[in-house]
Amino acid sequence: MARLHEYQVIGRRLPTENEPTPKLFRMRIFAPNEVVAKSRYWYFLSKLHKAKRASGEIVSVNEIFEAKPLNVKNFGIWLRYDSRSGTHNMYKEYRETTRAAAVSSCYQDMAARHRARFSSVQIIRVAEVNTADVRRPYIQQLIQPGLKFPLPHRITRPAKRSDRALIIAKRPSTFY
Amino acid sequence: MSGSFQRLVEVGRVVLINSGSDAGKIATIVEIVDHRRAIVDGPTTNVKRQVVPFNNVVLTDIVVKSLPRAIGSKRLAVFLEKNQVVEAWQKSAWAKKIDARQRRANLSDFDRFKLMRLKKQQRNIVDRQVALLKKERA
Repeated sequence: MARLHEYQVIGRRLPTENEPTPKLFRMRIFAPNEVVAKSRYWYFLSKLHKAKRASGEIVSVNEIFEAKPLNVKNFGIWLRYDSRSGTHNMYKEYRETTRAAAVSSCYQDMAARHRARFSSVQIIRVAEVNTADVRRPYIQQLIQPGLKFPLPHRITRPAKRSDRALIIAKRPSTFY
Repeated sequence: MSGSFQRLVEVGRVVLINSGSDAGKIATIVEIVDHRRAIVDGPTTNVKRQVVPFNNVVLTDIVVKSLPRAIGSKRLAVFLEKNQVVEAWQKSAWAKKIDARQRRANLSDFDRFKLMRLKKQQRNIVDRQVALLKKERA
């Protein structure tokens, strides 16, 4: 449903005589599929440890599903991205139902606001934020108790594009 | 605050789902995600709890008052029963018009024949009386 899925990727360096049981390293990766997940795993792991795909192996790749996908949560995302002239840290907040949806939103948002592509964005941390700790006003306005708002400009669309009439009898009204 | 806008997006607002597999069914807003989406649930009308964008949905005039935010499906069914929400919808002119439209669209040829005959009978009775009244007036 969300464009990205969250995967748990566990890998290690290949066992050698000096190191018969290498340490396992686990990462939670957001990627569209398992292939990209594994690729991103090695990208990050080789930045953090002396391990690369050629001299390592992936032990397991499992998709992590959201525990409560029908509860809305406020997610805080810490990320690092390359702009045209440098690399910066950021903290952004999203109101979504799953971690994967929040991260998908984040990538879309980064692309829109900062022209940052998937490869230039590194998600450092995704955490659910308590209502009291929300920092951004655009999320705070949605978590007030008793929230209600009108939909001022209603565009009546037919359920299917094929049901759209070329000519209509009355001028459509946008009042809801 | 909203002045001329009477239909607001709020927890407890009953909506009519326009597109998708649940088209034509009503559900209640249980929680608001953001400016464009809400979590909607219809335990008594066969609508699974889901996130719907407001573009796929029409707000109705019916609100379930003092519905707690993010209420569960079972307790929501109790609230709906108590406030007679589904009945209120079915009694509304809007729902009746939708129903009439559907019935007209699903008429068989024999039904259309019966309809034609009944309309003719109605016309006969009414026009006779109109003609008599006209004669009296003239």
